[in-house]
Amino acid sequence: MIPLASLQRTAEELMAKAAIEIPDDYLAGLRRCANTEKGDLSAFVIQAMLENYEAAKEDRRAMCGDTGVPRWYVKIGNDARIDGGPIALEAALRRATANATHSVPLRPNRVHPLWRTDHNNNVGINAPEIEYSFHPNADWVELTTVHKGGLFGSDYRMLFPGDGIEGIKRFYLDTLVAFGKRGLACQPAIIGVGLGGSKDACMVLGKQASCLRTVGSRNPDPKIAALEDELHELGNNIGMGAMGFMGSSMVVDCQIEVGYCHTGGMPMSVHMFCLSSRRSTARIYADGRAEFRTDPMWFTDYSRRATVEWDQPMLEAAE
Amino acid sequence: MSSKLKTVHLKLPASTEDLQTLEIGSVVYLSGRVFTAREGIYKRAIEEGVGMPASREDLGSANFHCSPAATIEPDGTLNVGSVTATASFRFAKWLDGWLKLSGCNIIIGKGGMTSEVYRDIFVPNNTIYLTTVGYGTGALLGRGIRNVVGIHWKEELGLAQAAWVLDVENFGPFLVESDLEGNSLFERENAKIAPGIDKLYEGTRPATLRRYGETDNKKEEVI
Ligand code: SF4
Repeated sequence: MIPLASLQRTAEELMAKAAIEIPDDYLAGLRRCANTEKGDLSAFVIQAMLENYEAAKEDRRAMCGDTGVPRWYVKIGNDARIDGGPIALEAALRRATANATHSVPLRPNRVHPLWRTDHNNNVGINAPEIEYSFHPNADWVELTTVHKGGLFGSDYRMLFPGDGIEGIKRFYLDTLVAFGKRGLACQPAIIGVGLGGSKDACMVLGKQASCLRTVGSRNPDPKIAALEDELHELGNNIGMGAMGFMGSSMVVDCQIEVGYCHTGGMPMSVHMFCLSSRRSTARIYADGRAEFRTDPMWFTDYSRRATVEWDQPMLEAAE
Repeated sequence: MSSKLKTVHLKLPASTEDLQTLEIGSVVYLSGRVFTAREGIYKRAIEEGVGMPASREDLGSANFHCSPAATIEPDGTLNVGSVTATASFRFAKWLDGWLKLSGCNIIIGKGGMTSEVYRDIFVPNNTIYLTTVGYGTGALLGRGIRNVVGIHWKEELGLAQAAWVLDVENFGPFLVESDLEGNSLFERENAKIAPGIDKLYEGTRPATLRRYGETDNKKEEVI
């Protein structure tokens, strides 16, 4: 039985880690941008950001004053038992969000869409969002928090099979050019692309691609991996760098996730995870022990399965 | 921070003469008093006719478009952790009234406004626009805050929309986005990028299903 107290304590620590410590994979990607950037202004911006991450860690203060919209991804092992059940877990995540808002401190960003009611704790109706997935042969729970910037850089469009790769490139460029000007998307960014699924799933897949994979990871389908490389390069050829200044640092990496969709369509979403690509993950074991890391490992062979049944000859053979 | 860009340290309040020396694309650090104000304050001060939340001496004359990551401790102490600007273009409609009412001559924010707004509103009011950098340099900016002097309209507007008054030292970096003549750094950079756009779009195809009301001119902006 996983103790509730460990889940809540770990969740609070994750909130602080996400807000303060830039993940290593993004940092390495941004350093690569810094090394190749020729535009004076864009290079200056990246240098300032690199110093900002240091300042955040030294002072234990949030790297960005805008909290974005903190949310949770929960992966539950098939054999995990949670003290108090899923209802208690959700309560713990809501408490951790509210407590960390005060203790870090984080800007209270969440308000009612119509009445603008602000509880000053980033908790409210349907907030924070909590998404779930499951994992075979495991008795742990994994918590990931993502604090993604909220206003600019995402878009959705229904494309059709006839639009093809050329249509995908067009919508990709449209989104980057529109939100890259003046740096509305706070690039260099991790671009997540969702292809297929139902309309809502298409948005979810693209968002997860940008927030829950790591810079340098590739889709297991080699042809999709090649498209990731191609879109990565295409984005950096716009001529636009950080803050929309002339340069080559628009995209730190591009990551694509797919889902089977309606036979007549090819829905596409684009998401940009900004200069404050904030994510943090922990695995909590039955004895309450927590292991922290920055790679959510959200997408797995299991989560991407394409067949009716899931049998895992590979996994069993390895163990 | 070392860079090829020109760097200026500016004391607040700044005179028009001080502002005259600034060129677009220069790096600026501020020392003195700044205060936060955004749509909540603008609506109340201008549309509802309440006027300013405090005197010009109390607030200073540099308006930051921002809501800090801050808390008020049980003993009343104000604790600001990190500060990041919010996108300014949404506030253009209030600015003429605001600059006249507040006497501000520096607007600090994210992403700037259009040069049309600069020419029509900023230039006649001798006001410049400084943009934050990144924009996520919240921790660096947080370091520049020496003292949280006070907070106005907290009850009326909540923590995020209230006016926070901050005494700052070497607060920055910022970039001069608009000078006293109303030039825009962002528009200058857009113009440099524009010639390559057509080539970039070669080998792409417009979507089969179109949308109402959209521009297909990639040289335009969406703000
Ligand atoms: S988009 Fe990201 S870096 Fe930019 S202000 Fe929002 S959270 Fe900060």
